Amino acid sequence: MSATTPVPRQDKSAAFEYLTTRKDEFVGWARKFSLFPYPFVTACCAMEFMSVSSTLYDTDRFGAALPRFTPRQSDLLMVVGTVSHKQAPILRKVYEQMCEPKWVIAFGVCATSGGFYQNYAALPGIDKIIPVDLYIPGCPPRPEMVIDGIMKLQDKIACERHPIINKDF
Amino acid sequence: MSLPPLTTLPNPIRPAFTKGLTPGSVIVNIGPSHPATHGTIQIVAEISGERVVRTDVHCGYLHRGFEKECESHTWHTLIPYVDRLNYCSALINDFAYCEAVEKLLGIELTPRCRHLRTLLAEYSRIADHLTCVAAALMEMGAMTAFLYLVTIRDYVYEHIADLTGARVTHSYGRIGGLARDLPDGWLQRLEEILEQMDTFVDRVHGLVDRNRIFIDRMRDIGVIATAEAINWGFTGPILRSTGAPRDLRKDTPYLSYGELEFEIPVGIKGDNYDRYYVRMREIDESKHMIRQLIDLLQPGPLCVDDRRCTLPDKQAVYTEIEALINHFKLIMEGPQVPAGEAYSAHEGANGELGFYLVSVGGGVPWKVHCRSPSFVHVGGVHRMLDGYQLADLVPTFGSINMIGGECDR
Amino acid sequence: MITGENLLDRVQASLGAQALETGMAHGILVLQVEPESLVAVVGRLKQEFGFDLFLDVTAVDWPQRRPRFDVVYHFYSTRDFVRVRLKTRVEEADPTVDTLVPLYGSARYMERECHEMYGIRFRGNDDLRPLLLYEGFIGHPLRKDYPKQQEQPLVPYRDVKP
Repeated sequence: MSATTPVPRQDKSAAFEYLTTRKDEFVGWARKFSLFPYPFVTACCAMEFMSVSSTLYDTDRFGAALPRFTPRQSDLLMVVGTVSHKQAPILRKVYEQMCEPKWVIAFGVCATSGGFYQNYAALPGIDKIIPVDLYIPGCPPRPEMVIDGIMKLQDKIACERHPIINKDF
Repeated sequence: MSLPPLTTLPNPIRPAFTKGLTPGSVIVNIGPSHPATHGTIQIVAEISGERVVRTDVHCGYLHRGFEKECESHTWHTLIPYVDRLNYCSALINDFAYCEAVEKLLGIELTPRCRHLRTLLAEYSRIADHLTCVAAALMEMGAMTAFLYLVTIRDYVYEHIADLTGARVTHSYGRIGGLARDLPDGWLQRLEEILEQMDTFVDRVHGLVDRNRIFIDRMRDIGVIATAEAINWGFTGPILRSTGAPRDLRKDTPYLSYGELEFEIPVGIKGDNYDRYYVRMREIDESKHMIRQLIDLLQPGPLCVDDRRCTLPDKQAVYTEIEALINHFKLIMEGPQVPAGEAYSAHEGANGELGFYLVSVGGGVPWKVHCRSPSFVHVGGVHRMLDGYQLADLVPTFGSINMIGGECDR
Repeated sequence: MITGENLLDRVQASLGAQALETGMAHGILVLQVEPESLVAVVGRLKQEFGFDLFLDVTAVDWPQRRPRFDVVYHFYSTRDFVRVRLKTRVEEADPTVDTLVPLYGSARYMERECHEMYGIRFRGNDDLRPLLLYEGFIGHPLRKDYPKQQEQPLVPYRDVKP
């Protein structure tokens, strides 16, 4: 442990730890099954996004189908398709308008790393401007891959800590 | 997980106007991250009450540098880039590009390849029209029609994936032919899908065609006349909806369209309802053409037997030295296309999709320019938006089928 | 197609005198004109010969040649179903041609794109803001001397830990 890491408080009782873990599990369960995606849709991956939200590969089964088309009301930012340098300020602004807790999925290989557009126009991956929680590769990814990705994100959310009061509050 | 917020984010555009013309009007920005502008168009509109006085349409948010990228790839390896132009109907782009290169090379296709390309182009056109109508209806709130049409479109995607390997961006066209021949049972499944399509499309007709709300929202909205449409460069279903029966498949027949019997649906007024109906009728005409082509298909060679562009048979590559060298040269340096320039246009799902190629006689193009219908339509859409209500912007924009990849290239 | 061929012959005969050179390239009639007579030739194509649909304007960069740029126009006749290509050459020092906006509305956006990609100035088109590129982009990317990977990001990159 380095000098800057805070030393955990020694006076928490085991019962308190048990209760906060249970609370985290409960909040994680609630959050993972009620994701409100903001589909930041730009390019060809939109076709697969439409397919995965529809009847044959339903994301409604996971609670993640109801898109909120405003960042103020959503908690999952799905960046679907290539983000160009012109679009980058828009993406950054939308990300900042979302409230905590929020997660970001980079859907498709163009959002992950720029794809095969390595030139002056395309941003080489959205993680250059916003932090990303899950990368789904594919050009475009099959709907089964997207569902696998959402399930992995749900596992991640379930295992996270969910502080009721965080440092900004 | 939070970033320190940037206090100033640069504005990537400069709007044409910042002050209103009429007193009391408000300047409103719609997009570019907006569900109804297909994610990549920004419309700066001056609104007086609910009426749109004037608009300034900005595209370019999906500019991915297609032309620059093509100048550093061989004629073959840029086919995936061409696919992603109009990603809703990727095969039409492939075939239009391949035909332009075949013009430069002076190649004539085999009959089986011509018929198969025509069949797949019509199949892709059906997928594009299904997507356009589904998205337009969803943006107006008709979620059921969206789900019906996307379900049948998904069957089409899976079926094309059986043939090409990919659901959306297929990269199936090759210079001088196609990537591979039909697998067994593909044509039977095609017949089944065409029948199921009848059911699904009829359901949507029943839900929407004589629906009072739909007619109120679409009739007499976004009207454009033929002469004005031609002045602003509109082609494809938009021009046909104004009443002009202009279709490159009939006017300048290419591939196998000269041997097929089909009609060109035209509208009467050039409004949103006509554009919707022209697309639905074009789905029917495409189905009719596909059925004729299934009968016309004969067994035979698929790719033209020209070693300038066709990859040799794999067995020959492993056993003969000439085939090995040919394969190596084609992959590493690309097909050597003679110097010259060619422009070849196909009737894409949105209109005239043209490729202007300039070659200096190597394996790498000097210039690949795509004349995209969506780009020209976005230049003229303000004629259909000005003067109508703010809520009419959504169905009008949905009816012109602006595809971002094609518009911004 | 007889109408088409007749039309192209008539165009060639009538405008050939004004053009520097004419020829057929893979089925399309190509006319090469001086930049000064461009608008006059296009006006005649539109009024006399019925080329009412303006398809495309783009440019080709030949860095080893003087004049450097070829500005290429394509027109289509919806009555006779033929296409024609018009080319004109401009220098790098003064890449200016006249605008076609008074003749065709669709020229507005296409000229904007050609300007931002190659730097061709269209005299008379006062709206040459960047269309596909963004405000603050310096340079003309489709010129051969612009490196493909030279990015000009609008939002500064953050440190990404692998």
